Amino acid sequence: MKVPFSWLKDYVDIDCSAQALQDKLFSCGFEVEELLYLGKDVTGVYVGEITDIQKHPDADKLQVCRVYFGEEIGTVQICTAADNVFVGAKVPAALNGATVLHDGQVMKIKNGKLRGVASNGMMCSGEELGINDDFYPGAEIYGILILDKDTPVGEDVRKVVGLDDYVFDIAVTANRPDCQCVLGIAREVAAVLRKPLKMPSFTYTMSEAKGEERNMKVRVEDTALCPRYIGHAVTDIKIGKSPAWMRRRLALCGIRSISNIVDITNFVLLEMGQPMHSFDMDTLSGREIVVRRAADGEKITTLDGKEFTLNHENLVICDGSKPVALAGIMGGLNSEITENTGRVFFESAKFARDNVRRTSRALGQSSDSSARYERGVDAYTTEFGMARALHLVEELGCGTVTNVHIDCNHAETKGKEMTASIAKINSLLGIEVPVRTVTDILKSLHFEVTLDKDGDTMSVIVPPYREDVDGWPDLAEEVIRMYGYDNIAPTFLEKASVTAGGLNEEQKRMNRFKDVLRLQGFSESMNYSFFSPKSFDLFGLPADAPERKAVKIVNPLGEDLSVLRTFLAPSMLDNVVRNLRRGNENGKLFEVANVYIPRELPLKEQPAEKKTLCLGAWGDCDFFDVKGAIEAVGDAFGVKFAFRRAQKPFLHPGVTAEILLGEKIVGYLGELDLRLAAELAVERKVYLAEFDYETASRKFTDATKYQGLPRFPAVRRDLALLADENVPCGDIVATVVHACRAVKDVQLFDVYRGGQVPAGKKSMAFTLTFEPEASAEKALSPEAVDGFVRKILGNLKHNLGVEIRM
Amino acid sequence: MDNRQIEELRQFASDAAAKAASGKELYAAKTGVQAKLKAVMSGMRDLPKEERPAFGKTVNALKEEIEALFEAREKELNRKELEARYAAEQVDVTLPGRKHAEGSLHPVTLVKNQLIDIFAGMGFEVFEGPETETEYYNFTALNTPADHPSRDMQDTFYLGGDLLLRTQTSAGQIRVMQNKKPPIKVLSPGRVFRPDDDATHSPMFHQMEGLVVDKGITLCDLKGMLSAFAAKMFTSDTKVRLRPSYFPFTEPSVEVDLSCFVCGGKGCRLCKGTGWIEVLGSGMVNRRVPENCGVDPDEYTGFAFGMGLERIAMLKYGVNNIKNFYDNDVRFLTQFKD
Repeated sequence: MKVPFSWLKDYVDIDCSAQALQDKLFSCGFEVEELLYLGKDVTGVYVGEITDIQKHPDADKLQVCRVYFGEEIGTVQICTAADNVFVGAKVPAALNGATVLHDGQVMKIKNGKLRGVASNGMMCSGEELGINDDFYPGAEIYGILILDKDTPVGEDVRKVVGLDDYVFDIAVTANRPDCQCVLGIAREVAAVLRKPLKMPSFTYTMSEAKGEERNMKVRVEDTALCPRYIGHAVTDIKIGKSPAWMRRRLALCGIRSISNIVDITNFVLLEMGQPMHSFDMDTLSGREIVVRRAADGEKITTLDGKEFTLNHENLVICDGSKPVALAGIMGGLNSEITENTGRVFFESAKFARDNVRRTSRALGQSSDSSARYERGVDAYTTEFGMARALHLVEELGCGTVTNVHIDCNHAETKGKEMTASIAKINSLLGIEVPVRTVTDILKSLHFEVTLDKDGDTMSVIVPPYREDVDGWPDLAEEVIRMYGYDNIAPTFLEKASVTAGGLNEEQKRMNRFKDVLRLQGFSESMNYSFFSPKSFDLFGLPADAPERKAVKIVNPLGEDLSVLRTFLAPSMLDNVVRNLRRGNENGKLFEVANVYIPRELPLKEQPAEKKTLCLGAWGDCDFFDVKGAIEAVGDAFGVKFAFRRAQKPFLHPGVTAEILLGEKIVGYLGELDLRLAAELAVERKVYLAEFDYETASRKFTDATKYQGLPRFPAVRRDLALLADENVPCGDIVATVVHACRAVKDVQLFDVYRGGQVPAGKKSMAFTLTFEPEASAEKALSPEAVDGFVRKILGNLKHNLGVEIRM
Repeated sequence: MDNRQIEELRQFASDAAAKAASGKELYAAKTGVQAKLKAVMSGMRDLPKEERPAFGKTVNALKEEIEALFEAREKELNRKELEARYAAEQVDVTLPGRKHAEGSLHPVTLVKNQLIDIFAGMGFEVFEGPETETEYYNFTALNTPADHPSRDMQDTFYLGGDLLLRTQTSAGQIRVMQNKKPPIKVLSPGRVFRPDDDATHSPMFHQMEGLVVDKGITLCDLKGMLSAFAAKMFTSDTKVRLRPSYFPFTEPSVEVDLSCFVCGGKGCRLCKGTGWIEVLGSGMVNRRVPENCGVDPDEYTGFAFGMGLERIAMLKYGVNNIKNFYDNDVRFLTQFKD
């Protein structure tokens, strides 16, 4: 929101600097994102009067001028190539050391000689001052800018052409659409500076309509999308240029002057925040305005010549037969004001902000009007905007205001009434703002306040343009932002109850879980919760794989981010590949995140969110490093995972296991399939594991279960076993453990093939640890252990064909 | 036995001890010497009775002398052996150590844990709400009007029907207030989602919401608590500045700036010369919100605050690109320790 300092001064006697005002605005909730001094690039340029012109002795195109700058500077000789200079002309001239603009860049002026004749400065064009006709009439002519003959010599030219001014670029929060205009900001400035607000004039006189304008009708078909529509007919239009003061105001806000009638609508938009439109009444067929939803396929060409095909979501302003404006966004080319326009129908309306926003975005068409409507225009200002426009028509003398005034109002325009207790306001703030200060602040913001006899209860009428205020806490905010947040003294919950905080068991368990993985050498990664549906094919999942049953985002940022994750391995593989491409040859990552499992598709309720662990390891590691990490999790949480050979379409068929907890499969781990690795040009071994944390953690125990130490020492026996090549180690261990309760531990310490071991067999050496029960009265005898071993060997032979190696 | 014999034996013992190069040899030598000594002693029987005491005294002295000799030699040998081992077992202490490489926690997790630690000490519990939400919890109950821009497709990921990916952890406020009567002090950390993807925005990021609801809670309490937080999270002299802002679910709403902890408020690159850093949004809980949850806003007041964890991590660690957090480059991830 751009607000010129000079314009604000029309409404408030500002007696502080622009910088001081910037701080004041900041303190009451309006951050100035940029404070621009318009004259920063034009320095040392003064008004001079040409007193003498001679031809240059050696150059046909040059003239040597004597320029008088008043007593202080005196007369300076300046050469120029421009041919529009004359004796007596008042011109801007840059003297030695001055800066002006040249092709948009700042240029420094120095004394010099032109073809041997001294030239101690440069007379300037409008372009060199960075201004156009809207700033100063004549600024766009080719040649030197000729200033008004009454301009005093010696004056800094910035003061003359409107460059001695600041523009505040203000961030207005979404709840304050009433401040999207100069007057709105002026109201705040007046309040924060404790100064009166000087309102602009809204008066005009209506003349009896005599022509066809008497027949004008307005019909609003969709009052939800257009709660208020005011139309007013103006006749005897004299299209022409706007006065210099208005053109400069528009220019300061970045709007080009077009014609008096169009400039009035733009001026009201900037000043009041009310978007206006003017139709050439004689182009409106049926002498009628209809506000309705567009028919599907209906077309309109807007003022900028762009054609749009509409649908019933778009609100249009129509005449008796066709759309003549895209409501709140832009007028139609078919009804625009031209130099021949004789009668005008002004529109000042309130349109529903979300509809304007959606239409604007859907069509990719926006304007200063739509920007304001999107944030909200109130129905009260609609009326005052029209009044201001009609006043300006009279002031500029460019038309006759008729008595054809049509107001279709379905909106509340009165300010809300409420009562509020000052004590309550103070109790929310936690400080004592004096009663008088509270009422003064509210009054300065144009709230009507009546203090009750009790000295505490206020009856308040909210200004009608303050749609954001709907309760006493809003009044508290008004008070404190004007009283100053610096007055809030920090306290530490003086009245609150003491509460016991901290993590619950589940949250603590998650922290410990991550720590276990970290201590196994894995680093935590984080990925987006959505991925590409292409992952399903890349991972070779069959058509009926449960992973494919995934939630689609209706409005994704792109296909690659369009589906909620049903498994984490694709993101992890992405991470691994990215790391390898960046030359990170080794690494171990883990991620704990939700997968989203829909109960049914299309979704009827929120999908189940299941916390899942994914591991990725590559480079200097193997299957057993990853397996070890999972086993470490088991050790930390008192559960024992089992591993069983398994198949996954994206994993190496020989190096893949599923992870079991009891009978339940809770995950998988394995090496990345060789074909997939080749496809991704991955040359190092990659291991992936995934694990249903939600299910597994239900079996986790965090509590320490202390067991007394056995009184008698454990006995160890080493066994060398001869097994068929295809007998898994896990089965041998399970058989051993199952065969004898006294076995406390089985450790494989050697696997040997070849030599005396027959082909197709392997020799496996284990250390078995036998422990007497804690309650045992005596140590395990060698004979007892021999008995255990016999039983173990018997079971091994019977179950697995495994024999002791002699 | 005469002095010559004694002298010979002494000499023999001394030579034998000196010759022994190990404990084992020394033991053998000692046995040999003791045998000789025994032989000498057995000759005592042949001596006349009156000479025996003097002889005994001499032999005993010799025996003690020999024992001391061997003892000394043994000590010496032990010392030599130890020295030899020391020399043999010496290592190059500058060779690289062998360690089990630890992994690391993600910086967002670290920051989250630090924040939880700080607020848990002030009596906050932690509540993690669902990441997929309904419009009601994400918007309506939080007093966000139906025509508010944040509800547009451009600003929220929709999943069909009234389901969406939550855009703010504030959605958790409602679930907490529906299920728990005041006093409430809750933190809600978690993933949030918005359809922005450019140099400074990530379509997914993390927020931490804080909510306090109790009797007599004031704006001064909000400032006090956030001052205590800032002092613990950054530096002990970090100052807090409140300025007006707008959120649908708080009234009054404030933006909370902290004095720059790099320059101490003098103005630097981090704070863009202002001396202040915008860190979080906050405000007094809007009456409509507890009302929507069946909590009486005339009895209870409260405040809420919310901050972006990536933003805090960027400030704390000096990370300047939010995308780094989701790149998962091990060289990035393994740098964060605290």
